[in-house]
Amino acid sequence: MLLNEMLLLGAVLFCIGVYGVLARRNGVLVLMSIELILNAVNINLIAFGAFHDTVTGQIFALFVITVAAAEVGIGLAIVLLLYRNRRSIDLDQVDLMKG
Amino acid sequence: MIAEHVAFGIIAAVMVASALRVVTTRDIVHAALYLVIVLAGVAALFLLVGAEFTGITQVLIYIGAVIVLFLFGIMLTRSDFDQDEEADHRHKLPAVLTALLLLAVMIGALVDRFADVKLDANLPGGRAPQTTAQVSDELFSQYIVPFEAVSVLLLAALIGAIVIARREEGG
Repeated sequence: MLLNEMLLLGAVLFCIGVYGVLARRNGVLVLMSIELILNAVNINLIAFGAFHDTVTGQIFALFVITVAAAEVGIGLAIVLLLYRNRRSIDLDQVDLMKG
Repeated sequence: MIAEHVAFGIIAAVMVASALRVVTTRDIVHAALYLVIVLAGVAALFLLVGAEFTGITQVLIYIGAVIVLFLFGIMLTRSDFDQDEEADHRHKLPAVLTALLLLAVMIGALVDRFADVKLDANLPGGRAPQTTAQVSDELFSQYIVPFEAVSVLLLAALIGAIVIARREEGG
């Protein structure tokens, strides 16, 4: 198996995630796209860990997974609060701080 | 070796197709379910290259916990979003261009640097799975301080989420 197969798959997933973050208006869908991006990063970490025969890649991936879980928890709490206050999670309507 | 290639090809194709559906489908619940397929594919890849502990953790935390959290989020914020409003921006072209440009740059860099590099190039004796024992040894010796920091971070996120999402009482 080539190292590049994993890295290119990671790159494709990352770009799909970036597209999702930019194109989606729904707060929950944006959070899902962020998960795609973080998973693409994890694929790269695991691939390089296997390539260099070290478990450090796995350990970093574990940290990323943990931080991603915390991020989803906080993110969904914020989306929930947004919904409660505005009855909508359309991110285009969140322009209170627009100058 | 061939079996590995075929397995990788199937997993990768399913993952890319599902990921595209996650960012294009109009139904939010379907997006969450397609995300499950992508996350399962990532876990399968981890197992394929021998990162067993991370693969299992991926299934437990992502598919087990994060997706359930997403489904709760969808359920609690369910509005008339799906019917009247688009889930996407009207002008998608800038997003498509940005993503494609990013993809082109990354593919160019990766092909330039890592073309034909084998995954087990550093391992003359062939690739062996990285066992859970190795991961725990490393995690609880060299990385013990980040490990403790991350546990404090999780506690802070837990308290923060409760405080943010709590209904104000009498206020």
